[in-house]
Amino acid sequence: MSASYNDYNHRIARQLRYLVIALICVLVISTLWGRYPVPSLALPDALWHDPLAQRLIVTLRLPRVLMACLLGMGLAASGSTLQMIFRNPLVEPGFLGVSQGAAFGAACAIMVLGAVPFAVQGLALFFAGLGVVLSYLLARHIRFGGWVLRLVLSGIAISALFASGVGVLKYMADPLTQLPEIVFWMLGGLYATTWSKLLTVLPVAVPSLVVILLMRWRLNLLSMGEQTAFSLGAATTRERAFVLAAAVGATAAVVSVSGVVGWVGLIVPHLARRLAGSDAQRSLPAALLMGGIFALVCDNLARTLLAGEIPLGTLTSLFGAGLFIVLMTTANPWLRGAH
Amino acid sequence: MDAIVLLDHVHFAYRGNAQPVFSDLDLAIPNGAFAAVLGPNGTGKTTLLHLILGYRRPQRGRVQLAGRPQETYTRREMSRLVGLVPQDEAITFEFSVLEYVLLGRAPYVGPLDMPTDRDVQIAVEALETVGVAHLGSRSIMALSGGERQLVLIARALAQQPRILLLDEPTAHLDLSNRNRVLRVLRILNRRGTTIVMTTHDPVAAAAVADFVVLMRDGRAVAAGRPEDVFTAETLSATYGVPVQVLRLDEQLIAYHPLD
Repeated sequence: MSASYNDYNHRIARQLRYLVIALICVLVISTLWGRYPVPSLALPDALWHDPLAQRLIVTLRLPRVLMACLLGMGLAASGSTLQMIFRNPLVEPGFLGVSQGAAFGAACAIMVLGAVPFAVQGLALFFAGLGVVLSYLLARHIRFGGWVLRLVLSGIAISALFASGVGVLKYMADPLTQLPEIVFWMLGGLYATTWSKLLTVLPVAVPSLVVILLMRWRLNLLSMGEQTAFSLGAATTRERAFVLAAAVGATAAVVSVSGVVGWVGLIVPHLARRLAGSDAQRSLPAALLMGGIFALVCDNLARTLLAGEIPLGTLTSLFGAGLFIVLMTTANPWLRGAH
Repeated sequence: MDAIVLLDHVHFAYRGNAQPVFSDLDLAIPNGAFAAVLGPNGTGKTTLLHLILGYRRPQRGRVQLAGRPQETYTRREMSRLVGLVPQDEAITFEFSVLEYVLLGRAPYVGPLDMPTDRDVQIAVEALETVGVAHLGSRSIMALSGGERQLVLIARALAQQPRILLLDEPTAHLDLSNRNRVLRVLRILNRRGTTIVMTTHDPVAAAAVADFVVLMRDGRAVAAGRPEDVFTAETLSATYGVPVQVLRLDEQLIAYHPLD
């Protein structure tokens, strides 16, 4: 056994343990942090004697905090997976028509059914799935380029179609009632999270994340060229389709509740690779944990920074883009001889 | 000697291309051979490797490996039997060299499993065999052309295949690195691995191969020992230009004189 490989593995394992501890700390602090009765950290002693605070934490904060964690984990894991199977570090989870499809579904529900929470979530989920199916079908009919290029092109086309559909709906929407609702949904946020919403997301998001986690070493193989992955024994089309379905499932499920939350699925995989290396065996768990922490911190700021709610997607974009600039202009310290 | 690779009346054309690459290809590569496949550009050398690998399937005829029809092997069995060293490989993510070589263990690791300590051990040994163990923690993106080629060979070695296919392994390499790669391949061959490499370099082929195949227009026009096959006549007919053959210090040298 190579000593340096062992040392490297031990270092990454230690970092992952720190990330687990950090996530647990952020989860606890997020649950206690809020604006009741004043913007501060609620003390456990006070909570014990205050029934209103207890109800507030159990019915409002806890589902939202868990949803934020799941949102971050889902988008980061999905982003990592898609970047690897499409061999493109600029791919983000919503690119196959998922985000714009969900936005179109939510806008339809707001226009037609009047922003009933379950209708918004249901239609968002349905159109997110439809976006992927249409992208896939269109990719099969494109007559040039490899499979990856065809999927990317068809994803761009289907996303644009849904985006124009959202544009038409926004044009037709009532500017006082429906339009703000659509715009706010598209800016992303977890302000309307409830236990029941969280429970509808879990049956899709959790199995998808489990599949991705179990297949994480295999993702390395699928990130190689077609010929290489084949020669190393991968059933490339079937395996890529399987992890793609898991990644899209996780994204569609969380996006149906949160709306469009950008940059998490793009930037967190980069941060994770910077911390744990490119091997998905270690970088994927790191992405999962960092995604949870990133989304929780952004959501905490979204709900407490100002008296009103700041759209979550605005904050994730702000911090995500900032981190992206830092990452792109600094070298990777972990690999010797890296450029 | 038994043929470990047998192509029997193989017909293959790329989809949408009326002109077949192979219309009636017969080829038998002996078990344990160091085979070199030569021929002009576009004659189907890489396609031949893809057919042996199973990456492409012939429209007619059959491919037999180690005495069994290719289609009776599962994907996993095939990847344990045949390894491929591509000419070059676009790599998107910055794996370390050891992580990259460890991918050669994929045929032995289940889709939901992680490589074991034993797999890491085999990958490290593969790096040692090709003489680049010191590069293990280096980024795969930061290697020279020669190092990269040796790492690609190490990954195929970690795969522990009986048949190793190499697509022009010495193209783009300087003389020193070319010889380094050829020496490693000769060691592997002596350990029992059948080697099939395509090359444009008759001198390299004559130096290491004990079985050479000359291809032209989708056919194997000559196959056998280098000293029998590499004649001025056969090489001239294969490349369609006058080729002269010399022997210098037991080495065969073929060249096409400039006008």
